Amino acid sequence: MLTEIERRELEDAVKHYPEKRGAAIDALLTVQRHRGWISDESLLDIAQFLEITAEDLDSIATFYNLVFRKPVGRHVAFVCDSISCWIKGCEQVQEQIKNLYDVDLGQTTSDGRLTVLPIACLGHCERAPAMMIDQDVYGEVAPEKMKNIMDKYI
Amino acid sequence: MNIERPLTQHLRPDGSPRFLREYVATGGYRSLQRFGTELAPKDVQRLVGESGLRGRGGGGFPTGTKWSFVPMGPDAPKPKYIVANGDEMEPGTFKDRVLMEGDPHGLIEGMILAGYALDAEVGYIFLRGEYHLSAQRLNQAIAEAYAEGYLGKPLPGTTFRFDLHLHSSAGRYICGEETALINALEGKRAVPRAKPPFPQTVGLWGQPTIVQNVETLYNIPHIINHGVEWYHRLSLTKDGGTKIYGISGRVTNPGWWELPLGTTARELLERHGGGMADGVRFRGLLPGGISTSFVIEEHLDLPLDFSSFPPDVGRLGTGTMIILDDQTCPVGFVLNLEKFFARESCGWCTPCREGLPWVAKLLMAFEEGRATSDDLSLLEMHTKWLAPGHTFCGLAPGAMAPLQSALKYFREDFERHITIGGCPWSKKSAQQRVLV
Ligand SMILES: Cc1cc2nc3c(=O)[nH]c(=O)nc-3n(C[C@H](O)[C@H](O)[C@H](O)COP(=O)(O)O)c2cc1C
Ligand code: SF4
Ligand code: FES
Repeated sequence: MLTEIERRELEDAVKHYPEKRGAAIDALLTVQRHRGWISDESLLDIAQFLEITAEDLDSIATFYNLVFRKPVGRHVAFVCDSISCWIKGCEQVQEQIKNLYDVDLGQTTSDGRLTVLPIACLGHCERAPAMMIDQDVYGEVAPEKMKNIMDKYI
Repeated sequence: MNIERPLTQHLRPDGSPRFLREYVATGGYRSLQRFGTELAPKDVQRLVGESGLRGRGGGGFPTGTKWSFVPMGPDAPKPKYIVANGDEMEPGTFKDRVLMEGDPHGLIEGMILAGYALDAEVGYIFLRGEYHLSAQRLNQAIAEAYAEGYLGKPLPGTTFRFDLHLHSSAGRYICGEETALINALEGKRAVPRAKPPFPQTVGLWGQPTIVQNVETLYNIPHIINHGVEWYHRLSLTKDGGTKIYGISGRVTNPGWWELPLGTTARELLERHGGGMADGVRFRGLLPGGISTSFVIEEHLDLPLDFSSFPPDVGRLGTGTMIILDDQTCPVGFVLNLEKFFARESCGWCTPCREGLPWVAKLLMAFEEGRATSDDLSLLEMHTKWLAPGHTFCGLAPGAMAPLQSALKYFREDFERHITIGGCPWSKKSAQQRVLV
């Protein structure tokens, strides 16, 4: 069941669209913000609210890489792997994260604190290599700076 | 009039935002005060048409022409929509972000003007999900514009009112394609739609809809305030206005600059980018995002605009260029691009869904020393199988532009991968591809 707060936020979101389903992404992201990810149960709650089938909503949810249909860690690090960052060494950034936290792209640390995911160009190419942790973007992330940055989160 | 950088002149060097008070203090929202008799909707349409403004989202389509397809008059369908395309996921591109983070009200004013011109009463800003800072600042600016009566109320001297909503998306490059974007906004799976009908007549929820790149919309208030002649004089070529150009890759000073449209790549690279970084040499560049063709030394004096590129050379795209240097393997470079395209393909049509992963695998074979000359011909065939007209949208042909031009200009590098059975840059590249 949607919580009171979730329901209120969803009701605000649907006001922006002439049809309820227009708010599908807003709704998925809102519930994800509260619950961390979109479980089958969450999916059903949202679909009911939007008056569409869960299958229909799932075809949208599974399309987007920022909608998590599996649990993720308390923090998510998104490492840009597009061209400007590749030129400037995004592979070393990934390696450094693996060395420090023993976690590969697409995985979560065993203590559930950190998930590492690849991401398309973050629009900070002039400061490549770039990464985003939760909602914070970092540029020029030399491997030796990684520990310092990560310490703020884990 | 001595305004040379209309879009960015007031941006703060530290990137912090300008909100309503400052925006108005520098002439912001002034155009709205002339609505009514002095500035009728058809005047805005005419000025935008005569300015020669061309879309900054990569295609360079003339904005006035696009607007001319929107049904007008008392019998036109209602509502009509204005959508700002702020998906900006083209790798190497970061210009719309700079504008939205620094001067969020400029986008709102541009959208109100577009809405007024086309009698479209609702707007959406479609923003990529990763742009949290832009979202925060746009939300604050929208709230300010509502409080001040620029949004949500009939504007003085008119019966026109404009409502504006921010839609934050959740990833996937294809959402930037305008018809996929429309599906995304409607809460559907974001695959492109067949054209025709074009969104200008049948768009969001079946209504007439104009989708316009963020940078394009930022131009409109300045055209209205300062006039068509001024706008033409800004540029060095026949396309009007300025462009936010950018450089990434191994140059001394990567960044962005608002410059006259038609500035050459050489000037951009040498004067603004500070030339190549120490120890590396120039080999080629993609002029505007990764869906454009490589250009090389001999093209560096071409004006970077929408009319000067010969079609067999390429096109400007988004104007934010990516530099290929001599310490970076061109095959590895293109492999990175094709992996992106394969991952971001929406999967709707077969040539793209099946072809792009195949291309990526072929390039991988080059990098790993398994490629033969047959693979070279296979790559070449893909550039024809995925050419414009063979796929449902522009993603796959865009993916072929850098590949085809790389096969033309860097062919001996592909061949060298075959003869030496691996990547000449490997190891060396792994160590040297550290930060410069
Ligand atoms: C795969 C694909 C992705 C696109 N992504 C964007 C984008 O992120 N931003 C954008 O403004 N246009 C993008 N476009 C172009 C849009 O379809 C559309 O042409 C543009 O928004 C029109 O605005 P303009 O005329 O102001 O340039 C993309 C096109 C394709 C084929
Ligand atoms: S070309 Fe690719 S992205 Fe475009 S519709 Fe076909 S599968 Fe989707
Ligand atoms: S390529 Fe990494 S931020 Fe653009």
